[in-house]
Amino acid sequence: MIRSELIQKIADENPHLYQRDVERIVNTIFEEIIEAMSAGDRVELRGFGAFSVKKRDARTGRNPRTGESVAVEEKYVPFFKTGKLLRDRLNGK
Amino acid sequence: MSSKTLTRMDLSEAVFREVGLSRNESAQLVESVLAHMSDALVSGETVKISSFGTFSVRDKAARVGRNPKTGQEVPILPRRVLTFRPSHLMKDRVAAGNKG
Repeated sequence: MIRSELIQKIADENPHLYQRDVERIVNTIFEEIIEAMSAGDRVELRGFGAFSVKKRDARTGRNPRTGESVAVEEKYVPFFKTGKLLRDRLNGK
Repeated sequence: MSSKTLTRMDLSEAVFREVGLSRNESAQLVESVLAHMSDALVSGETVKISSFGTFSVRDKAARVGRNPKTGQEVPILPRRVLTFRPSHLMKDRVAAGNKG
């Protein structure tokens, strides 16, 4: 399923809404999650999962082609942990 | 880092502000989005949200695990797990926002 298919499903269920509003609604949800994580916040959606930011320490990496060492700076990466309910549903519980 | 935790309520508040539906309907729409994504994943589909990321389901084989505290062997049954791969855009924005 891709973004446009998700939008279509929501639009089909809500015939009283304009398509462009459904697009805005769906886009707002994803945008809000990215904005929260960009501010270092967590987004916890019970039953679905939680988005958080993890710190990766600085390290000395290696260029796999040349074997040369390169300094990799510390960075922050997005992380998603599946919620219990969804994890159980995936396994038919 | 501020480290707040946002919930469904914050997402529906954002929808409420953006589109001007009632708070109740905004909350229901957030719920529907999560429900449709969950249903697709449970049916084994990959959910690919451009410029956000990709959720995919992977099958894990059975293996023998070990209770790290007691050292006792325990069978781990085959199971399905969900992985999320953030888009480049998300990675870049999260990295930029948390820098320094």
